[in-house]
Amino acid sequence: MTSLPAPSNKKLGLVIDLDICVGCHACAVACKEWNDGGDFGPLPDDEPYGAEPHGVWFNRVHSYEVTADRSSENVSAPVPQMVHFPRSCLHCETPDCVTVCPTGASYKRTEDGIVLVDEDKCIGCQLCAWACPYGAREIALPHSKTAASDKGRKDSKRGTMQKCTLCVDRIYNETLEVRDRQPACVMACPTRARMFGDLGDPDSDASKAVAERGGFALMPEFGYQPVNRYLPPRPRRDGSVAAATASIPAEETLDTAQLPPLLRWLDKALSR
Amino acid sequence: MKPALSVIFFTVMSGAGYGLWCLLGLALATGVYPLSGTGVLVPLDFGFVLVSAGLLASTFHLGRPGRAWRALSQWRSSWLSREGIASLLTYLPMLAVAGFAFIGHAGIGLRVAGALLALGALATILCTANIYRSLKTIAAWRTRQVLPLYFMFALLSGGLWLWAWLALTTGLAMSLAFPLALLGLAIVAAVIKVDHWKCVDALPANTAGHATGLDTLGRVRAFEGPVTEESYLTREMAFVLARKHGARLRRIALALFGLAPALGIAAALASGAAWLAPIAALAAIAGVFVERWLFFAEARHVVAAFFPPAQA
Repeated sequence: MTSLPAPSNKKLGLVIDLDICVGCHACAVACKEWNDGGDFGPLPDDEPYGAEPHGVWFNRVHSYEVTADRSSENVSAPVPQMVHFPRSCLHCETPDCVTVCPTGASYKRTEDGIVLVDEDKCIGCQLCAWACPYGAREIALPHSKTAASDKGRKDSKRGTMQKCTLCVDRIYNETLEVRDRQPACVMACPTRARMFGDLGDPDSDASKAVAERGGFALMPEFGYQPVNRYLPPRPRRDGSVAAATASIPAEETLDTAQLPPLLRWLDKALSR
Repeated sequence: MKPALSVIFFTVMSGAGYGLWCLLGLALATGVYPLSGTGVLVPLDFGFVLVSAGLLASTFHLGRPGRAWRALSQWRSSWLSREGIASLLTYLPMLAVAGFAFIGHAGIGLRVAGALLALGALATILCTANIYRSLKTIAAWRTRQVLPLYFMFALLSGGLWLWAWLALTTGLAMSLAFPLALLGLAIVAAVIKVDHWKCVDALPANTAGHATGLDTLGRVRAFEGPVTEESYLTREMAFVLARKHGARLRRIALALFGLAPALGIAAALASGAAWLAPIAALAAIAGVFVERWLFFAEARHVVAAFFPPAQA
């Protein structure tokens, strides 16, 4: 059923802190690792060890150079800042990727708002990927040049659309310890730049971080109401690289009165 | 957007087939169609070949063609699903018209079947156009010209085949209104298509700053993509090849679907050379093919803005 369910109170999602993400791609790799072997896997690759590897990732990390406008900053030449930007499904509240699906394979869960693809129903028409402005969906191509040894294992999932499941097979997985019941990307992040939580609950840590830091949604004008939020990079303090460099005086001053007599004579002789 | 041949072939061929069925159905319903029996069956079957070849081609775009039947279930929300249903339902009045023509019946039954055939064809074209028009992520497909153009190209490319059949069997003197209407349609379609291209060219570029929301901090430049290789997204949504040859391909499309049919109709009517009619029909369908290729290839998807220009 691709009609959208009534909005749920529980809105599970991610909060990603762009201030402390260092762009290490650990989240992307951990995501690939878990989902390639987990219940919802595999994530097939074409020629994974070949000249042109090509495959499905639920999570991809971009890097952007952000240069502050001169007018908004006091330094004469603004120093560009690198912002690393992990991009994955935002588990929107009213996404078109669900409604355009002709088969009912693409659906939004009523109980927690997670957007999923039923691999047994998907016909691989790719209309959902076209409808998503965030690039959250990638198809497992059916016409791959898979190595013969990989055949059989991966073919069953080929030809269908793939996307972030919010690690639905981890977060409710009772065989895992409670502290491990989080998405693989969140567990892997070495700087704790990713937070998993219920964004429908204003008292959750995730919601509090969004409120405190001014977390924003991507391209809200599409009206899809993304659940995931991004925390913006914090403004630079005065002690930042740019300000420190600007404050170094052009010439150092030397108080010759403080020098021992021999060095005072040397300074005098050399200054002549 | 990547211009997938299967989808282009589908929209062009099925479009022409439905356009042909629509006009044939209308002519039968209103009783102005001059032929009966085989005179109905030949263009009807030709439309059947166009429609079915297109529908078959569309399944080659699917990752799992064997499951295509599942696409009929979500008609409440999905235009693709509605299209599937409309396309299959339209076969019913088509079979009825074929049956009536076969037994030589020309009464109310044929008229009703003809009217239903025209309605089904129009509904299917509407659904096809709306599949693309409903995608908010591709601004070039959301312009006001897209819906009328899908109807016009279907009626023009299909109508020319129907006229070619009539011209070759009954002669050019039979009715002037139909070819003159097609001539007018070719000109109007060309004018609206040029207007559409102007709108597409005037669309603002999607920027990385806007896509990431980082433009509140300053100027944003995509420094590095996630991977050095191409990915599904860059292959599918960030197709740049067409824009290099866009201007020339637009002229070719205009000449084939606009100028050639208009001149062909005028020349055929003036000289009485009926053989010009199928040539005009061939030119038109080739022109619509180029137009449809550009429709995909020139359309920019929002997601390309996330990637560095070299990858997008």
